[in-house]
Order: sequence, then structure tokens, then C-alpha cells
Amino acid sequence: MKTEYTITVYTENQVGLLNRIAIIFSRRKINVESLNVSPSEVSGIHRFTIVINETEEVVSKLCRQIERQVEVLKAYYNTNDQIIWQEMALYKVPTDAVAEKMKVERLLRECGARAVVIRKDYTIFETTGQRAETDKLVRVLEPYGLIEFVRSARVAIIKASSGFHEKLKEFEAVEPSEELVENEYLDQPRDIFTM
Amino acid sequence: MSTVPEIKQTAPLELTLKGTETVELTGSQAVLEAFIAEGVDTVFGYPGGAIMPIYDALYDYNDRLKHILVRHEQGGIHAGQGYARSSGKVGVVFATSGPGATNLVTGLADAMIDSTPLVCVTGQVFAHLLGTDAFQETDVVNITTPVTKWNYQITDATEIPHVLAKAFYIARTGRPGPVLIDITKNAQLQKIAYKGYEKCEHIRSYRPKPIVRKAYVEEAAKLINEAKKPFVLFGQGVILGKAETEFRAFIEKGGLPAAWTLLGLSALPTDHPLNVGMLGMHGNYGPNVLTNECDVLIAVGMRFDDRVTGRLDKYARQAKIIHLDIDPAEIDKNVKADVPVWGDCKETLPLLTKLIREQQRSEWLDQFSAHTRQENEVVITDELHPKTEVLSMGEVINLLNEITGGEAVIVTDVGQHQMVACRYARFNQSRSNITSGGLGTMGFALPASIGAKFGAPDRTVVAVIGDGGFQMTLQELGTIMQTGVEVKILILNNQFLGMVRQWQELFNDKRYSFVDIQSPDFVQLAKAYDISGNSVKQRADLKPALRAMLDHKGAYLLEVFVGKENNVFPMVPQGCSVSEIRLK
Repeated sequence: MKTEYTITVYTENQVGLLNRIAIIFSRRKINVESLNVSPSEVSGIHRFTIVINETEEVVSKLCRQIERQVEVLKAYYNTNDQIIWQEMALYKVPTDAVAEKMKVERLLRECGARAVVIRKDYTIFETTGQRAETDKLVRVLEPYGLIEFVRSARVAIIKASSGFHEKLKEFEAVEPSEELVENEYLDQPRDIFTM
Repeated sequence: MSTVPEIKQTAPLELTLKGTETVELTGSQAVLEAFIAEGVDTVFGYPGGAIMPIYDALYDYNDRLKHILVRHEQGGIHAGQGYARSSGKVGVVFATSGPGATNLVTGLADAMIDSTPLVCVTGQVFAHLLGTDAFQETDVVNITTPVTKWNYQITDATEIPHVLAKAFYIARTGRPGPVLIDITKNAQLQKIAYKGYEKCEHIRSYRPKPIVRKAYVEEAAKLINEAKKPFVLFGQGVILGKAETEFRAFIEKGGLPAAWTLLGLSALPTDHPLNVGMLGMHGNYGPNVLTNECDVLIAVGMRFDDRVTGRLDKYARQAKIIHLDIDPAEIDKNVKADVPVWGDCKETLPLLTKLIREQQRSEWLDQFSAHTRQENEVVITDELHPKTEVLSMGEVINLLNEITGGEAVIVTDVGQHQMVACRYARFNQSRSNITSGGLGTMGFALPASIGAKFGAPDRTVVAVIGDGGFQMTLQELGTIMQTGVEVKILILNNQFLGMVRQWQELFNDKRYSFVDIQSPDFVQLAKAYDISGNSVKQRADLKPALRAMLDHKGAYLLEVFVGKENNVFPMVPQGCSVSEIRLK
């Protein structure tokens, strides 16, 4: 049966690796529901958080394919009950609607939303939570002229991850990561003949 | 006819550098120094704008590196594959940016799926032009990502020595595969303080060899010892792991019948009493039928390709599966393993051999012989000694065996001739069968045979090719002409795209849709390239013609006209179980 799985991948910081990982999904015509790339708690090691809907058999095979990549250290997959996860969302609404209607203010407070920016013409709220919670506020704000809504990718922490964290720290200490090399020449067009 | 100059062995530059001493080199020179330090002697390639600095440097390395100028980059990379497969070394290929690089894609995909170690170096436009749609710019790193084990773009020459060291290390270790390094033109021209070359022996995120878990080895040995009808399937892993001797010791001690996949062919001599034949769609009768009767199936360095397994839900359901593979992603990918034995089979096989009991399993082996007898009666005898007037592909291969004594390297293309050649060719030594297995690349054989000959110069190399496949890469006759490389080209001409025609006959009511292919006069064509040749239609002429081909000094093309509508049998029709194999 297909369920929501969160895949956590620890990798080197390397240009092109995002593509290598992404095509493992697209090659099999699997939609990625959410993707987040960020540094991990260990400097030099990056962390991908990928959410997909699949069967366990497929997810476990995908993780093996991901681990096959030269620059991947480890890939884990977890169901929602094995992780703590959150998403952040931003909502833009006309300030008039919020200011005039006391009910809106109450609803916002109920949803745990916080005002990030208040301007004369619009106000931006932020809320952090699980999918159901951020979705709820969309429904709440829609009648009051919601102008824009955006949600971040999922970030997740595996409940039972302390063992791997120690290993990672050790790993980085023994052999520090290489520096990322980027193209330094893009803004330096040179006066040379090219062919 | 000009030939490639002989290589004088010169010490690599690195040996002349001491301590912190440096020498000023261009990026291009650093590339070539890396090749020499890695023991590369032959490079296949084709020049162009974005790789000109490397070719300019190559001009001075002509005495240390043999460069083979091919006629198309696809030919170059297939030659690199042939070289790698016959020699066991890493094949090295040069191509320019844009079309040069995209022409490599078929070969990369082929090498990826057939685990062939390659390092391809492509030129790229200047770093400041990346992303501007510059002349001959193509995003080769992203195009080739799905078909390379690793790839990398170098925009700064200081990266060249250690990136190339990584490239060779990744290509040849673990499950081998192709690596592509894209080098921008500015990096090729850039001068660096060269500190010498250091080989790469370790990458922290890369585990080429999984750690062998003894518990699984013990469990596997127990299953084998208790088995009544154990059956071994072996693939190219045995050859890539250079574990032919270990494999032989394993099956001999356990009295285990062993059948090969297309790429495992030649890892075990054809005449070995435990070699029971070929697996898969056009494999032998016994190995296919008895897959569904054995009690323990031991897969060694093979990946349960769909052409081997047929219908998966009816594949060896009764058997316990032991799977030995170096690539953890292969375990449980297609067939669920009861006992997974991760590891290099060079290490795992001896561990297993030590634990298994010495056994003779004559009754079980008799079952294979009984099936062989049946297959002989219905298929093989007629194929090898046809009573019809027209020649069969099988009899050509049979005569070739007689003359070469199983000592030749046989390179095959893709299609009916490939299946027939692999079924009937005899081999005494490993690395003798070179074919495009996983990808099924028509046009593979001619360029691959050129590379195979450079990789094994002392061996006879015969390229067996169909009339269709030959016309896909026949431009490489020019490479043969220019280098004088002694390949024997044997075209089995049935005047059809035979394998597709066979399927259309069997499954599409003989609706022959675009399989009727016309060919030029191949012998005349060869002559235009200064290559001797002959064409044969009569049985009486066949043996002398084959002998003349093999005795000829230099390359030779022999065309043999064979039956137009002959079919390859046995056959496991698509969607059927291996035990539903058809003999006719």
C-alpha cells in the first residue's frame, strides 16, 4: 500500500548531486511531494529531505539506488510516526480585512499564526505546523481575500537518530570534507578568441 | 597503409618530481600526465574546437600515448568498451564539446548497464561562456548524469590531477562503470604548478566493496549443502571480479551445474563438465526449464535481467535464492534473495567454497543432459548441420570454432547473429566474449572489435555482425584502414533485420514491417577502404573462406549469406515463464 514516506539523505556538498538524486525519482515517474536541501548539523555534510507517496518495497529500492551514488553517505526512509516534521507557510491578506473583522484576528490566534509584516495595504502571516494545520489557515483566510499563499518543503528529524549523528561527527573529524568548487569565471568574460 | 607508431615506455613525469618541487604545466598536459600515471597506453578519440588544447598537448605525447583516430565519437566509445572488456583495464576516450559529447551518450548508456570501466574526457566551451548557448555548447554533465557512474565538470585546471585520479578510481572499483570528465577550454589552457600525480585509493562517501557478512556466507553454505538440486547462475561479475579460478573451484567442489548469462559467457570454459549452457530468452533448454525445478538457486555476479528471468512471478518460486553481488542495489531488485551475500565474489566465493561439502550430483546433472539431448534433436543438430541448401548462422559459428579452437575473442553485435554466436561459440579462456548485452546496441561490434584488438593484441579478434548492425557504424572501416588493426569481420547476412522479423513472424502474423533492409556490396565497400574481403553463398566455399579470413595478414571482411527467414530457437516468448520455453 502506498503511504507517505520521508527520505533523509546525507551527502557531500557537490554541484550536480541534486540532479543525480532527482532523476532517481523522475526515471520511475514518481512525483516528489516535497524536497528540502540544507546543511546538516555537521559542517560539510548536506541533508536532503524528500517526501514521496509509495509502497515500502519501492521506497527501500529507491534508497539503495540513492546510496549507490558516489557522493551519498547514507539514505534513510521513515513513515510519519517515526519522525518529527514541520512545514512553514506564509499568507498575504489585505490589511483592511484583518483590521476590520475581529473574527479574523481570533481565527489567526487559534491557528497559531504570527504577523511578519504589517503594511497599510497588506499583512503577511506566518504559521508553522503539519500539512493539515497550514492548510486549515488557507481555508480560514480565503473568504477574507487571501492574496498569496506559499508553503515550504517539509523538514523532518528522525526520532531515533542519535547513533548516526555521532557517526557523522566522527566521520567528518577523521576526514574533513573537500571545499566546493564553483565556476569563478562566469562574470569574467575574457577578451580571447573562442571556438 | 599507415600504422600506429609503437609506444616507447617512458617514466611518467611524476617520478622526476621530488618533495615539494613543482613544474609548470597546462591543464591539458596535466590530463595526459594523469593518463600515463594510470598506465593508459591507448586513447580512442576525435578532435574538435573545445578539446584542441588537449590534442595540441597530445602532439608531444605521441611517443607515450597511442591515440586512435576513430570516425565518429560513438565508434570511439565502443572501441573504448571493447578495449576495456578484452584487457580488463579502463578504456579512455576523448571527444569534443556539443555533438562530440552527445555522440558518446549511447556508448555511456551501454557501458553503464554492462558495467564497463571507462574514463571519457570531453572538451567544453570556456567557463565564462557556460549557459550562453555558445558554439558547440551542450550541457553534457546533465545529459550524461543518468548514464554515468560519476561525472564532473572542471572549470579550473588546479582540479585536474585529483579529479582524474578520482575518475579512474571510481571507474575501475566496486561495480565498474563509465565516468565522464568535462573540461572547459580555459582549464585546458590554464597553467598550473603541477605537484605530481597522486593515485586515488579512497573517497570518504564511496564504498566500492561492501563488508562481507560471515553469517550470510554460513547460511548460504548450509543451504547449498542441504540442497538436492542446486543450480548456479553466473554473470559478468565473475569476470569483472577476476574470480574465474575461484568460481571454478566453488562449482567443482559442490558439483554444482552452472549456467551463464550473456555477459557471463567465457568466464567458464565451454567444455567444462559443469557448464550447462546459456540462460534466458534464447538460452539453452535445460537451464531455463530446470530453473523452475531446482531447490536452491545461486546467482553469482548477475542481476536477474528480464531477458534472463522471463515472467518474474513464475520464476524459480520453488527455490531458495542465494544472491552474491558487489552492488547492494542489485539484491532484491528483481528477485528477492533468501540469503544475500554482499561482496566482491573474489572474496565471497572462496569463503563459500571452504564451507561447502564436496559432492557429486550425477542424477541432477543427468537431468540437464536429458534436456540437452532433446534440444539437440529438435534444434541444435539442424542448426549446426542443416539439411537445407541455404547456410545457417549456426554452421558458420561451428566451423569458426573448429578453426580457431575456441581461442578467439568473439565480438558480437545485436540480433539473431548475436544469439546464435553466443549459443554456439566455444571459449577456452575468459574475456573472450564481447557483446552489448544490457543496452542491445546495434552497431556495437565493429568499433568494439577494434578496441578489443588493441586491448588484446596477441589474440585473434573476430567481429560477428549482422547486415543491419554493420551499416550502423561501418564508418569505422576507416579506422581499420588507417591503423591497420587486424580485426576479422564476419557478416552474417540474412538480408533482413532478422530478430525483429522473427518476432513479426511469430507474434505479428508475418506482417513484415520495415525489416526488409537492403545492403551495399560489403566486399566492394571493404575494398574501397583497402580491406580484403570475400563473399560466400555455398556450403562448399564456407570453410576455405573462413580459413582464408583467419590466415590473412591484416583486417579482413567475410560476408556469408545465410537463410533469410531462419529463426533462433529455443525461445522464451515475452511474458512467459522460463519453463514455457519453446523449442520450435
